[in-house]
Amino acid sequence: MNELLRRLFFLPEQGSTFAVKVDHLHYVLLLTTLAVGAGIGAVGLVFLVRYRRRTASDPTPRVLAPTWLEALFIGVPLSLFLLWFVLGFKQFVWVMSPPQDALDVYVTGKQWMWKFTYPGGPSAIDTLVVPAGRPVRLLLTSRDVIHSFYVPDFRMKRDAIPGRYTDLWFEAPKPGRHQVLCAEYCGLDHSQMRGEVVVLPHSDFEAWQDAQRRNLPVAAEPMAVRGERIAAAQGCLQCHTVTGAPHIGPTWLGLYGRQEPLEGGGAVLADEAYLTESMMDPLAKVVAGYAPVMPGYHGRLSAEDSGALVEFIKSLRPTRPGVTAAEEPVYVPTGR
Amino acid sequence: MSPPAAESYLTDGRTVWSWLTTHDHKRIGVMFLGLTLFFFLVGGVFALALRIELLTPGRTLMGHLAYNRMFTLHGVTMVWLFMIPAIPSAFGNFLVPLMIGARDVAFPRLNLASVYLYVLGASVALWGMFEGGADTGWTFYTPYSTTTGTAVLPVLMGVFIIGFSTILTGLNFIATVHTLRAPGLTWMKLPLFVWAIYGTSIIQVLATPVLGMVLLLVALERVVGAGIFDPARGGDPLLFQHLFWFYSHPAVYIMVLPSMGVISEAVCAFSRKNAFSYRMIVYSTLGIAFVGFFTWGHHMFASGQSTFGSGAFGAMSMLVAIFTAIKIFSWLGTLYRGSIALESPLLYTLGFMFFLFFGGMIGVAYSTTSLNLHWHDTYSVVAHFHFIMVGATVMAFLAALHYWFPKMSGRCFPAKLANGAAVLIIFGFIATFVPQFLLGNLGMPRRYADYPPHFQSLHVASTAGASLLAFGFLAIAGYLAWSLRYGAVAGANPWGSEGFEWRSASPPPTHNFSTPPEYPTGPHEYASEEVPHAA
Repeated sequence: MNELLRRLFFLPEQGSTFAVKVDHLHYVLLLTTLAVGAGIGAVGLVFLVRYRRRTASDPTPRVLAPTWLEALFIGVPLSLFLLWFVLGFKQFVWVMSPPQDALDVYVTGKQWMWKFTYPGGPSAIDTLVVPAGRPVRLLLTSRDVIHSFYVPDFRMKRDAIPGRYTDLWFEAPKPGRHQVLCAEYCGLDHSQMRGEVVVLPHSDFEAWQDAQRRNLPVAAEPMAVRGERIAAAQGCLQCHTVTGAPHIGPTWLGLYGRQEPLEGGGAVLADEAYLTESMMDPLAKVVAGYAPVMPGYHGRLSAEDSGALVEFIKSLRPTRPGVTAAEEPVYVPTGR
Repeated sequence: MSPPAAESYLTDGRTVWSWLTTHDHKRIGVMFLGLTLFFFLVGGVFALALRIELLTPGRTLMGHLAYNRMFTLHGVTMVWLFMIPAIPSAFGNFLVPLMIGARDVAFPRLNLASVYLYVLGASVALWGMFEGGADTGWTFYTPYSTTTGTAVLPVLMGVFIIGFSTILTGLNFIATVHTLRAPGLTWMKLPLFVWAIYGTSIIQVLATPVLGMVLLLVALERVVGAGIFDPARGGDPLLFQHLFWFYSHPAVYIMVLPSMGVISEAVCAFSRKNAFSYRMIVYSTLGIAFVGFFTWGHHMFASGQSTFGSGAFGAMSMLVAIFTAIKIFSWLGTLYRGSIALESPLLYTLGFMFFLFFGGMIGVAYSTTSLNLHWHDTYSVVAHFHFIMVGATVMAFLAALHYWFPKMSGRCFPAKLANGAAVLIIFGFIATFVPQFLLGNLGMPRRYADYPPHFQSLHVASTAGASLLAFGFLAIAGYLAWSLRYGAVAGANPWGSEGFEWRSASPPPTHNFSTPPEYPTGPHEYASEEVPHAA
């Protein structure tokens, strides 16, 4: 049944756990629309034939809709739409909340290619390799204009915006290959900005990652290590300590995943999005107790560099048993 | 029945100068009609070129840059030079004073100024096209629009100027409906077309200034690097999208509400019935005008706005569909027990109702947040808004053109040819845009100059449909032009309509009425009290 409807509505292969969920709602909406449309068409057709004009001066009665009928016309679609809204929004919240054990991959859109960087080291252009049966979280940003990372087989797209991180998560249950397209118009070769997600069995994925690290020693520098280098070169460490001691700015030790109280009330979860925002637009949300003195780094940090800094900050967690370095980051879901 | 002494508005002064300096709302309406038809032709030629390019993957007719410019100009031309002014500025100007028993609109000089502003704006935008044209899409999303090297500025400025024409027209209608209704014509006796134009005018006056502002901000950003939308200067690229859609989503209702007014008139006239639920049509018109302002965020579900915000915008968007559903039910109810004449305006009306239903229901599907993540920015969206803009607004425009052609020109057109063309247009429309829904389901993104080969068969189907549509439009242009000269003389009321505008002569005299009309009953009343309710 699923397969039949999927082909009937020209929907592509179901490459993610979300696609399987969301397609059922696709079918319900499209089938209801077709059925109600057919009903309205049939009623209209009956009226056209039954009440066609016979003489130039047919008398017609004055007919007004009774109030109960008007109420029905409003009530039936309203309850239908509300039902769809509730079902759809539950799925939306689910797909907007990445699970904690996801594998992070940094994605940078650039006219006109996709760059994928793994926190552990290797990076690739236009081909994203992920393990099957494991949630993957993509941290998206852009080097130039807005792009949108779209995998039709996953039923999912998310904009990549310069100067900030958005995220997207999926779990591909089976090994296979899925096309990546750019869904936000981004200029001359927008239509050529294509990539591929390659889903490998778990063991093959491990082997692929090892091979990547062996073959590309320079690019294989882990992002956290690179981030530490950049932090020193950019002078970040003149204001931020990595030891837990507050200085001109908040310490980076244990910063990631912490609720930070804000100057002027409220609090913010220090996740990838907030850390990036603070690099690009430091005065937007200043942590309580610190002077608003940090300069903006947009244009001075490439997307890869800001991602590396985030990874470096993520690696600086107070020593706790069972938690090790940034190879497989553990983080609090953003809960947005 | 009108005395022969009164000269029609067409013959009162025959020089070009008398047209260029006229304050007569009917002449201004006709001028708008001519101008918008011209730009409909221009936008249509762009559309055909795009469809031919998409016939095959790879290069067919033009390169990527030419394609990107062409879809931008297609959008700009169709949205601002055709859709938005087509029904309100052309038919609204012609009909609103006639329908409410006024001699003219409230500010006739301002009305003329709105024509000149439109022409000025269109000229600036056209100049931009000859300068090479913008390649941003009609949405001008930053940061692309602030960084691309193409002629974005003249196109922006053209649209900015046209915005003033829209605002003036809206202002004029609001003042006219409030102050110039004939004695005895209460609000609840207003024709449904007037209500639709009134609702539209409110949106025009409230939303268009926001468009003007955001276009100026983009211009500032381009010229002096103001940094409002540039993250490098602390700006926010998404701010543009919020401001832009705050105008442009209500702008969809600037295009659709007037067409709903046309349909309400046509359904009553061609089934010879009172409106099934007049009050509900009126309230839903005002409802759409109001709720339309709270739905803009549904363009941004995939942009990274807050999850809860997306949910709120999704729910608000569904309310628009409720208001639309009320109207569709009421039109259907109006046909019940009527005396239905299948003239071409009614054929377009039936097409309109069907396309509006499907377009609207797919709109509900997109407001369902989780489903939107697949469909957003694909051809499915292209098909959806073409269902609303071509399937609804153009159908209604054609219905209006045929319904009021005798009123405006005093001539009839060949009915059989018109019916044939209407059927051709409806089938051409289905063949053009249904494949695009399927393309979107398959995952074909919008604004693609080129595409992976597995999308091709559906593109071929769509292009074939577009050529049918083109033949339909050519046929209409042919027989209407012929009828202007050789059509049978229409008489005051060839359709036997009870619409208030038919109480003056066809074509109407300069000051509309030789005797002041009276309004003892509500609009669209066909049954006298004596007619038995059981037929």
